[in-house]
Amino acid sequence: MTTTAETAQATPAAASTVPPKAPLSTARAQGRIDPTYYWMVVPVLALFAFFITLPALVGVFFSLTNYAGYGDWKFIGLSNYVNIFKDPAVLQSYIFTFVFALATTVVVNVVALAIALGLNAKIKWRTGIRTVFFIPMVLSALVVSFVFNYLFSNTLPVLMERLGYTPLATSILANENLAWIAIVLVTVWQAAPGATIIYLAGLQSVPSEVYEAADLDGAGSFRQFLSLTLPLILGYLVINVILGFKGFLGTYEIIVGLTGGGPGMATQSVAMRIFSGFTGGDYSYQMANAVIYFLITLLISVIQLRLIQRRGVSL
Amino acid sequence: MTASTLSKPVNRTAPAAGRSRRSGREGYKINWWLTALMLVASLTVLLPLYFTVAMALKSPEQIGTGTGLAWPNPMNWENFAAAYVATNFPRAFLSTAFVTVFSVLGSLVCSSLVAYAIARNWNRNFFRGSFVYLLSAMFIPFPVIILPLIKQTALLGLDNPGGVVFLHVLGGISFNTLLYIAFVRSIPAELEESARMDGATTWQVFRKIIFPLLAPMNATVGIFAFLGSWNDFLLPQMMIADPALQTLPVVQMLFQGEFNTNYSLAFASYLMAMAPTLVVYILAQRWVLSGVMRGAVK
Repeated sequence: MTTTAETAQATPAAASTVPPKAPLSTARAQGRIDPTYYWMVVPVLALFAFFITLPALVGVFFSLTNYAGYGDWKFIGLSNYVNIFKDPAVLQSYIFTFVFALATTVVVNVVALAIALGLNAKIKWRTGIRTVFFIPMVLSALVVSFVFNYLFSNTLPVLMERLGYTPLATSILANENLAWIAIVLVTVWQAAPGATIIYLAGLQSVPSEVYEAADLDGAGSFRQFLSLTLPLILGYLVINVILGFKGFLGTYEIIVGLTGGGPGMATQSVAMRIFSGFTGGDYSYQMANAVIYFLITLLISVIQLRLIQRRGVSL
Repeated sequence: MTASTLSKPVNRTAPAAGRSRRSGREGYKINWWLTALMLVASLTVLLPLYFTVAMALKSPEQIGTGTGLAWPNPMNWENFAAAYVATNFPRAFLSTAFVTVFSVLGSLVCSSLVAYAIARNWNRNFFRGSFVYLLSAMFIPFPVIILPLIKQTALLGLDNPGGVVFLHVLGGISFNTLLYIAFVRSIPAELEESARMDGATTWQVFRKIIFPLLAPMNATVGIFAFLGSWNDFLLPQMMIADPALQTLPVVQMLFQGEFNTNYSLAFASYLMAMAPTLVVYILAQRWVLSGVMRGAVK
């Protein structure tokens, strides 16, 4: 870590020439510190602890009770946790959430990398095309989902009927086995630009001499992508996968806008189930669910970090 | 974009006046095939937008049972007026603007202050520990704290847009501090030392020297905070108790029931909710993208 140069600074703090007016604030050499710095950090830290850390601890506490969200409560130990492991609905929401997050992560990264490569190549009207591709980033996910909701439930079926393709002549949002595909598509639409930006930053960090050398050695563009581009931007891919996966696990708005968790409970994510604890009278039960969710996400983060360290990718 | 002007003489038999063949400049050789492909791909973004505009200009009869893809003739501009009244658009707009403005200001001030104090006292355990604490909180997924948080904010009378601002600022602090800290470190300490010699306090140093120098990062953090708070649905939906104070995305949700049969009204309303960010983005796109790119390079 770079210890900024102040420690070495100001040791012979203009000892004789300038009468030290208020150099006490900078007299770090004597181990003194200007209390102002504490005033800059402590209030924010206190608020942060109060609004972020405290609720997390309170939640863990109530997950050990039978609190319904109102009224009396008493300690019941780990029974909430035991019940969650026996609950098929919870298991289903976990399976849906993880499969969805995995699928979305793969598709988003393929699409984003393709867009980034395209935008980085020598194309005409680059600025205009780039502007268009990043539009989804600035729109509200919920409103976008409402628009797509109409497209999936009305436009697409009518089109399919005209084309005579009956399997898709009904809304895919009403189909238990297909609804999740719609959610993946809209999430990709919404999330691809963010990943594209990270890939663009990666592609621009590759010096063009590398490609010149490859050109001279007669490597084709596909070969260049596989042997040069991909290894050189691996770190950026890792960032996208980790951030993306974590984000997609918590997908909420797009599901609300498209299916509301239906049909039945086919597209209900873990986050949605947890939120339902606020009105559903199973507050403490969903808090236990939240704690388990937290432990699982933490475990995944740790595993991902381990894998990165082993691959030796420096972030 | 990548105007990496390299003028290394390449050992090739026909050096084009000593300059390398690939000077990374526009106009070297436009790849038309790829341009066409990208244009087609950009339809995936443009079509849903076109569709939203077309739907917003149709009368319910024109929508009928068709695909909704045809351009309406005549266009029905009165949908916007009707949606404006039905959703009480100005009130939702003001509420959203309030949340956004204060979230952006709060994020800029709090994150930069914290980053400055931590960066300048990196060798002190308290500050280094604070940084680790802030970063470790990034691992806590939002659903884990939301239920107790809503109870807590309701108890404190923060179940209103003001409370949402609070949480937007605190929720973004970990990431924003991370963005700022590297930037603060790159500011040479000598700049401050001379100001302190002249008797400036730490506050003055921050306000007059550091904060202005952070301008590029302020832009990045500001853009993220703006988009995050303008489009946020989860926090307002969960926290704001009074429906009259709800933000634009939540208002769209609340009116779904009423829109259910009247898609013209619904789409006019969607378009009005999208328009502000879309217009700002189109006008300032070069600036927005460079700001966001800066955040990505970190």
